[in-house]
Amino acid sequence: MTDVEKRQDRSPVPQGWTYAPAPESTDVVRLQDRYELYVGGEWLTAKEHFTTISPRDEAPLAEVAQASEADVHQAVASARDAFQTWSKLPGSERAKYMFRIARILAERSREFAVLESLNGGKPIKESRDVDLPLAAAHFFYYAGWADKLEYAFPNRTPKPLGVAGQIIPWNFPLLMLAWKIAPALAAGNTVVLKPAETTPLTALLFCDVLRQAELPPGVVNIVTGDGSTGAALVDADVDKIAFTGSTEVGKAIQRRLAGTGKKLTLELGGKAANIVFDDCAIDQAVEGIVNGIYFNQGHVCCAGSRLLVQESIYEPVIEKLKQRMATLRVGDPLDKNTDVGAINSREQLNRIEELVAAGTAEGAEIYQPPCKLPEQGYWFAPTVFTNVAQSYRIAQEEIFGPVLSVLTFRTPDEAVEKANNTPYGLSAGVWTEKGSRILWMAQHLRAGVVWANTFNRFDPTSPFGGYKESGFGREGGLHGMEPYLDFA
Amino acid sequence: MAQAPVLPRGFELPLKQRLPRIGSIDQIGVEQRAAELAKRSIKKDAKVWALELALRCCDLTTLEGQDTPGKVTALCSKAIRPDPSDPNIPSVAAVCVYPNLIAVAKERLAGSGVKVASVATYFPSGQAPLDVKLRDVEDAVALGADEIDMVIDRGAFLSGRYAKVFDEIVKVKEACGDAHLKVILEVAELGTYDNVRRASLLAMAAGADFIKTSTGKLPGAATLPVQLVMLEAIRDVHAETGRKVGMKPAGGIRTSKNAIQYLVQVHETLGPDWLTPDLYRIGASSLVNDILMQLRTQKTGRYQSKDYFTND
Repeated sequence: MTDVEKRQDRSPVPQGWTYAPAPESTDVVRLQDRYELYVGGEWLTAKEHFTTISPRDEAPLAEVAQASEADVHQAVASARDAFQTWSKLPGSERAKYMFRIARILAERSREFAVLESLNGGKPIKESRDVDLPLAAAHFFYYAGWADKLEYAFPNRTPKPLGVAGQIIPWNFPLLMLAWKIAPALAAGNTVVLKPAETTPLTALLFCDVLRQAELPPGVVNIVTGDGSTGAALVDADVDKIAFTGSTEVGKAIQRRLAGTGKKLTLELGGKAANIVFDDCAIDQAVEGIVNGIYFNQGHVCCAGSRLLVQESIYEPVIEKLKQRMATLRVGDPLDKNTDVGAINSREQLNRIEELVAAGTAEGAEIYQPPCKLPEQGYWFAPTVFTNVAQSYRIAQEEIFGPVLSVLTFRTPDEAVEKANNTPYGLSAGVWTEKGSRILWMAQHLRAGVVWANTFNRFDPTSPFGGYKESGFGREGGLHGMEPYLDFA
Repeated sequence: MAQAPVLPRGFELPLKQRLPRIGSIDQIGVEQRAAELAKRSIKKDAKVWALELALRCCDLTTLEGQDTPGKVTALCSKAIRPDPSDPNIPSVAAVCVYPNLIAVAKERLAGSGVKVASVATYFPSGQAPLDVKLRDVEDAVALGADEIDMVIDRGAFLSGRYAKVFDEIVKVKEACGDAHLKVILEVAELGTYDNVRRASLLAMAAGADFIKTSTGKLPGAATLPVQLVMLEAIRDVHAETGRKVGMKPAGGIRTSKNAIQYLVQVHETLGPDWLTPDLYRIGASSLVNDILMQLRTQKTGRYQSKDYFTND
């Protein structure tokens, strides 16, 4: 038996296992050098342009139009024209276009996902598994309401408003576009949409989907640009403004619209409390904490940015949280194994850095897991602050980055008091195995969404929106139709 | 004066916690996390490394009524040298057989470094008096088994007689002597993740060197979320006591892709220390050939027909 010898140990002794790079190919995306404004189903040439980059390496991707006030007016006029025919189409006909858009989005999801990660910096696994499926699902869902509006609102006569001006943020560019456009079209409105300055590309690629779906010209118009374009849209001859973005800008819009008769819905900031009770399933709660704040680099208005832990399990939770943070893979958004991608812009990175410096200066204890950040591009390591007092800026202000502030509580009453003690009220999370406590907490938390034993889960059928300075109006579900309808 | 009731061994209420709190498992959360980890994309060198590790961690298993010395000898040859055409392919960790076949396996594997594991304790049901089970273990050890795979008494566990389960494991561990003890929870019969966690902690507290998912005799054996629950229990025990307990999923792992998903979970839950046959095993039989096929594909760039790999 000469062959009897152990033939092992020839491969290296396990000393860590380094995953080989697994980059998603960018070949599926073909970008133009320059994009114009999508108005009346045609490309309207703008006078000025600006460069949009990829936050992962600051490499320029394309030139994008800066819409002037006149351009915006032209877009609104073309939407106004299109409204005449679009609003008179039977709902079932509008639905056909919307189902078509949904199907095309699903078919081209890889292309959109890669572009979303390229332009916005979010990990490909999120754009692939969250943004794109949800965006398509929104069109599917609202297409279904288009011919059922009379049944949806019994004894009321729903009518479209006219032209909706929609301004969306950079954290979920295509998904926010879907949240805005789908209910507006289902209701019979036409749309002028302004994508965020730093992430215009998926909205521009979406114009190609509209062309493929043969949507009548002028029903959806896309105008790119900076804040001045948004301001021009707010002041233009629109019947409604729907805005998602910062509370500061939201307040400015509300001031401007006061007395104009234009309808308004606002989806603004948040400083959500993620509340962990000592009887929770602890490992899953830790997972939920991580998902709550490090999902999409914390660029989420409903992010669980304040962790409230019951004092009796503070230590194990923080210990497990730190261990878990050490396994987060920060890096190239296009790598399929990346958990945390690039910060969306230099401006946002500066804001995160400023608030983190403030947290340290105020006396909070900072922890960041060891991780190697790429040299180029905008990056910020996942961060957790312990020893945070309710009065610190990092416990009060929205950071909109991968930064978690940890506070403690002793009783359910104290948890509710601390959770509600903020000008915001968008979302909250409750972690407990006790069903009655979940219901009690949900009754007492002043937040538009309360997640129980999960966090950052979205569905087109479920309404989403805020209390207090987190805005008003709901998106998603049947509630999401109402802001786009007049009831005679 | 009335005395405080004495709790069964292992469930005293010490002021200082001896075990991590038992706690509970959220089903949706654990399944979600397992599904996310299963999406890791393992390519090139990382894949080859993982495939070789999976092979080195295999417990090549045959547990059939129809097992014969001939069958076991063939399996042992495969264990030592899984791919006769490539001497660089490592041996598997162990061969797992019924007690009657230990001697045959022992002889064929002598000097190879491949361990002999034997099931015992009235495998697979465990429904026999304790003295019979202990005798089963003693015999297996006397016959030369390096490792004992015992089953817990699910009947006792499910009826809440945790102390009986605990005591049995303690006694089996004593009977094992130097042999390593793997405790099979038979998760398919436990019904909930909460029970899987509870049984894992119970087995580790009683002295298990490894905790193992299944006998392989029931459908619904090892799954990714079940392993995750067990790994988290192992992590808690390590954090609390410093003791490193091994993990062995068994049953239902047939493809390389699936095996790599199990390894990714270990890597990202317990860390690189557990990526060794000393602390991680996969109970499998058909998996080995799929790994060999994938390894050859990685080396040559082509898939070869199944006929190029020996069926043992």
